[in-house]
Amino acid sequence: MKIHEYQAKAILARHGVPVPQGEVVFAAADADVAAKQLGGGVVVVKAQIHAGGRGKGGGVKVVKGPEEAARAAADMIGMRLVTYQTGPSGQVVQRVLVEQGVKIKRELYLGIVIDRSTEKAVLMVSPDGGVEIEKVAEHTPERIFKEYIDPGIGLAGYQTRKLAFALGLEGPQFQQAAKLMNAVYDAFKNTDASLIEINPLIVTEEGNLLALDAKMNFDDNALYRHADIKELRDVSEEEPLEVEASKFSLNYIKLDGNIGCMVNGAGLAMATMDIIKLAGGEPANFLDVGGGANAEQIRNAFRILMSDKNVKAVLINIFGGILRCDVLAEGVIAAVKDLGVNVPIVIRMEGTNVEQGKQMLRDSGLNFTTADTMSEAAERVVALAR
Amino acid sequence: MAVLIDRNTRLIVQGITGREGTFHAKQAAAYGTKVVGGVTPGKGGTTHEGWPVFNTVADAVRATGANATVIFVPPPFAADAILEAVDANLPLAVCITEGIPTLDMMRALTVVRRSNTRLIGPNCPGLITAGQAKAGIIPGHICKEGRVGIVSKSGTLTYEAIHQLTKLGLGQTTCIGIGGDPLIGTSFIDALKLFAGDPATEAVVMIGEIGGNAEQEAAAYISANFKKPVVGFIAGQTAPPGRRMGHAGAIISGGKGTAAEKMDALSKAGVHVVKSPADLGAAVKSALRA
Repeated sequence: MKIHEYQAKAILARHGVPVPQGEVVFAAADADVAAKQLGGGVVVVKAQIHAGGRGKGGGVKVVKGPEEAARAAADMIGMRLVTYQTGPSGQVVQRVLVEQGVKIKRELYLGIVIDRSTEKAVLMVSPDGGVEIEKVAEHTPERIFKEYIDPGIGLAGYQTRKLAFALGLEGPQFQQAAKLMNAVYDAFKNTDASLIEINPLIVTEEGNLLALDAKMNFDDNALYRHADIKELRDVSEEEPLEVEASKFSLNYIKLDGNIGCMVNGAGLAMATMDIIKLAGGEPANFLDVGGGANAEQIRNAFRILMSDKNVKAVLINIFGGILRCDVLAEGVIAAVKDLGVNVPIVIRMEGTNVEQGKQMLRDSGLNFTTADTMSEAAERVVALAR
Repeated sequence: MAVLIDRNTRLIVQGITGREGTFHAKQAAAYGTKVVGGVTPGKGGTTHEGWPVFNTVADAVRATGANATVIFVPPPFAADAILEAVDANLPLAVCITEGIPTLDMMRALTVVRRSNTRLIGPNCPGLITAGQAKAGIIPGHICKEGRVGIVSKSGTLTYEAIHQLTKLGLGQTTCIGIGGDPLIGTSFIDALKLFAGDPATEAVVMIGEIGGNAEQEAAAYISANFKKPVVGFIAGQTAPPGRRMGHAGAIISGGKGTAAEKMDALSKAGVHVVKSPADLGAAVKSALRA
């Protein structure tokens, strides 16, 4: 799960990470008030959307005072902000963060994620902050410094020292850095985060460390034990069909093609998308109905699938292990009748009770195309979608 | 011959009284697996579907001589169930549970790594040795005793591979679903090492997914050490970056973990990489003939 910058900053601040003073507002008039409360001087107005790259799209403005802050907020709120992470349709800005302006001396990077190979959390820093860390990793990987954290021991003192020295920090900043790194690790651990990024982490003209930007993602599997974080979910940032699907424990991701897919299992669902593409078509979605789907879930899956108006044909690919083919057939027949689905449907199923399932489809009087193999199914559905 | 599990395996089920645990305990027994009992804390001393139920794994092992466990415990308690299996010194623990918090697994793995327990999963379909025994949810009726080992991150895609091998008459030795989470007990390399030592396994099908670099690590291992033919497929060639494709581990992040990158590494290591999952069986057949 993703949250907004201002929410991430609040969580980090609670754990002892220094962040700029600021306030989130939902209306331009409140931006004026917020700017006054910050002393009436220079403030930064930052659009709050989940995607990165906001600066380049016009989502971050440095302004001289409350009046300008209100104007900048008025421009931003309601605008469709397009960044390299939002896709071409962009994301509507609904809230902005009004923050005190700070003088920047240096821009650093700090991040923490789980490293799969070492099975540990890895704390990464770079003296080259303020740019995409992926670019640093690609062009100057030697400028990224990493420490792997033993979960039993936690972040050790020598590790924070190594990283602080690598950042070229001295004197009081050095002490601050150690404290900040521990605070970030605590926040990571305590909230079951999957990623924390502070980019840039700045050294101010006054010589203090400050998290100028912050990003936090959380492990969906652990949200059950973090009711406070779950509340921060902003569904307006998510694709409506995906939100709807999640209510029925369906795993749906909208894509740009015209062939709707319904598959059981994440791997097979991805493979089905792949084989459609190989056959010359474009998948409209990823949809995993899960291993134990019942007729009701298949109905919901169909409804969600068909609410995407781009869908010109549907491919159902089910390998019934736990999910029996007769149950699938029953669900599909009912859904097609109820929802009045009128696009061609190609069904490929295999596994438990497959003959019974196929017979049910044949007897339904509905217009299904069946296929025995995945490639045959893909070719048929691609032809039908044309 | 086979790896990890065979007709001598004595299996217990952690979470045997639950719906999933019950269903799959019966399925495993019907396939011929020696299911010797189960564990549900608080229900020790009772019987369930004819099987003795124990309060702890240690009790179950003492009473039944079990040497393997399959875990069907809800996500909040599953990492603890793994630790309990390790504590009882079981040589094999198969965790089917999907949705275990990553940090729980990270902590549990530190204990697993210094133990004698081989953990399969979590978030996996488990494993099956064709014609002998199974621990997990892979349907037995699609398998056929044969010559090919399978190691896979995906469940239903494994069934697909099994089905193709069965139809072509090649059959399987052992099929291992290693799971689609970022942190898992048994890697591709671990499974390949096991298959290397199994004379009955003449070729291996390896099914990977986008995310992480386990496939690239496996490619390096295959190139240097693995002599048997390997046929590979990577799911998610068309997956968009930054989106989690169902499995917690299946995500392309920061331009890393793409299918193209993995397929390239495997091809360079001499693996027969197929672009279409429909070609897995045929590719094994031609690899075995070569």
